[in-house]
Amino acid sequence: MKRAMLFMTLVLMVAGAAFAQDEQVKIGVSIPSATHGWTGGVNYWADRAEGYLEETYPNIDFVVVTAGSSGEQANDLQDLVAIEQIDALVILPFESDPLTAPVAQVKQQGVFITVVDRGLVDPSIHDIYVAGDNPGMGRVSCEYIAERLGGEGKIVILRGIPTVIDNQRFDACMEVLAETDIEVLDSAYANWNRDDGFVVMQDFLTRFPEIDAVWAQDDDIAIGVLEALRQAGRTDEMFVVGGAGMKEMIKRVMEGDETVPVDVLYPPAMIATAMQVTAQHFAYDAPLLGEYILDAVLITPENAERYYFPNSPF
Amino acid sequence: MQQRLEAGADRRRNGVNWQVLTPLVGLIALFVLGTIINPVFLSPINLFNVLTRACFIGIIAVGATFVIIAGGIDLSVGSMAALLAGVMIIGMNMLVGNVDSALLTILLGILLALLMGLAAGALNGLAITRGRIEPFIVTLGTLGIFRSVVTYLADGGTLSLDFGLRGAYRPVYYGHFLGIPYPILIFAAVAIVASVVLHRTRFGRYVYAIGSNEQVASYSAIDVRRIKTLTYVIQGLCVALAVIVYVPRLGSASGSTGILWELEAIAAVIIGGTALKGGSGHVWGTVVGAVMLSTIGNVLNLTDVISPYLNGAVQGVIIIVAVFLQRGRK
Repeated sequence: MKRAMLFMTLVLMVAGAAFAQDEQVKIGVSIPSATHGWTGGVNYWADRAEGYLEETYPNIDFVVVTAGSSGEQANDLQDLVAIEQIDALVILPFESDPLTAPVAQVKQQGVFITVVDRGLVDPSIHDIYVAGDNPGMGRVSCEYIAERLGGEGKIVILRGIPTVIDNQRFDACMEVLAETDIEVLDSAYANWNRDDGFVVMQDFLTRFPEIDAVWAQDDDIAIGVLEALRQAGRTDEMFVVGGAGMKEMIKRVMEGDETVPVDVLYPPAMIATAMQVTAQHFAYDAPLLGEYILDAVLITPENAERYYFPNSPF
Repeated sequence: MQQRLEAGADRRRNGVNWQVLTPLVGLIALFVLGTIINPVFLSPINLFNVLTRACFIGIIAVGATFVIIAGGIDLSVGSMAALLAGVMIIGMNMLVGNVDSALLTILLGILLALLMGLAAGALNGLAITRGRIEPFIVTLGTLGIFRSVVTYLADGGTLSLDFGLRGAYRPVYYGHFLGIPYPILIFAAVAIVASVVLHRTRFGRYVYAIGSNEQVASYSAIDVRRIKTLTYVIQGLCVALAVIVYVPRLGSASGSTGILWELEAIAAVIIGGTALKGGSGHVWGTVVGAVMLSTIGNVLNLTDVISPYLNGAVQGVIIIVAVFLQRGRK
């Protein structure tokens, strides 16, 4: 009983604190927890943006929460509305389908909605949408491979995790390759992580004596691929195209590494862009509504420096 | 009760053989399947790849064999591996510049990993035996704790080993002695030592006794709490050994290192013929189980007959069939 009382008091105190800051604008930021390199980057940029945006806009307060699954994220949304009483929500949904209804409910409470990266099933829910270009990423990667190979050769593809994002990237790539004489020897899932990238590439190397290029679809996978190539002593036989913009990979591009000639951008910093635009909406009441698609830039030795952030964990 | 004891005695009489042989039959069947699917499967390079990959899960599963035979369970091993790898990398990076010799730095890193494994295992074991909390709950708790701490240490990203050290440490994974990769030799050594400890010492007999019936064991003047704690310490040390072989492979660790390794380790133990309820089992069965798991993944990568969407299903079917065949034999 005593504990229950203590708990109630705590709840009231938190609620009271929320009332006290009534003139302030509170923006909830809900992102997946740092389970792999890219989401690690998202967490880093959310944290960084919270720092500099709160400094720039003293009346805006960000609350960043991370979730390990769709269900957890849906719970977070309820807490953000009930306890934090947010005015706006910036959300990078864990998955599109399961979170569409929960976000719609938040919207009904009059909260301003900014969706990042993975669009909701019903696009009328968001006020602002910020995302990378998934089909673009697949297209740019495979256009480079096709051009570099002169339209013919043998490649292998290491995909991510079976999701919509992965399919968009893969399908766009295959569309490009269909126009060429490039043969895709095989493609397999490497789950966006290094260990699986290493293992899958080891097996591709035993299976195929001749490979001209590897599309690794993600930089974490690419790191594993590169190590497998080194072990087999076949680093000079092929080149690897990764994606996302991990600092280790950008550095190799910058240094003119033959095996890693380019990288394709899919920046985790998009969460910072989304937070910035949302903050500006409240600070200046500027007409900023709409969709912002960040280009899947081809990073080459010439422009690599612009995308190199040595302090980011990703 | 009487019947069960007799059945147990029977199994032991012609027993040790069957317990190891049935999983081996499954493994041989899998090898035949692999060869039919793609003859490359039998090439020495591929076989070494498969065996080397089996080492991480295998070494951890050897430790899990002790825990499970004693009637316990450790769900934290995957997270523990990630944490140990992370701390080991941070520790060695800090030593760079302070210690001149790369070899000494690496040896200190290895020592650090072993001490951390010992401590983490003892933490699990003591919370279970002294704190009298269910092993499932304790290790579910530490699963979360270890993984969060490594994610925190890595700032949500990846911890990478100093580049110079990586070159010096690399041979531990990629090097070989008389043509056999080091990880396989280390795995074999761990398995041999573990099988001697489990099958040839008093400690080993106590582990079985506790798993069969904890109360009877305690009436027989066995220090149940001490033995049970020790099984978790052994598990911790095995995780440390796996990490020592894992870190030189990619020279990095992150919050996603070792995800679901606990399930794979437990699966290897069960495929190897150890009963999840404790009291019976065998180290060499576990070794076969671990090699089987890594072979399944490899065979699937060597063919494009099966849609990659269905890889998980194929794995599941093979695991269930392997265990079913063993039950049929008994």
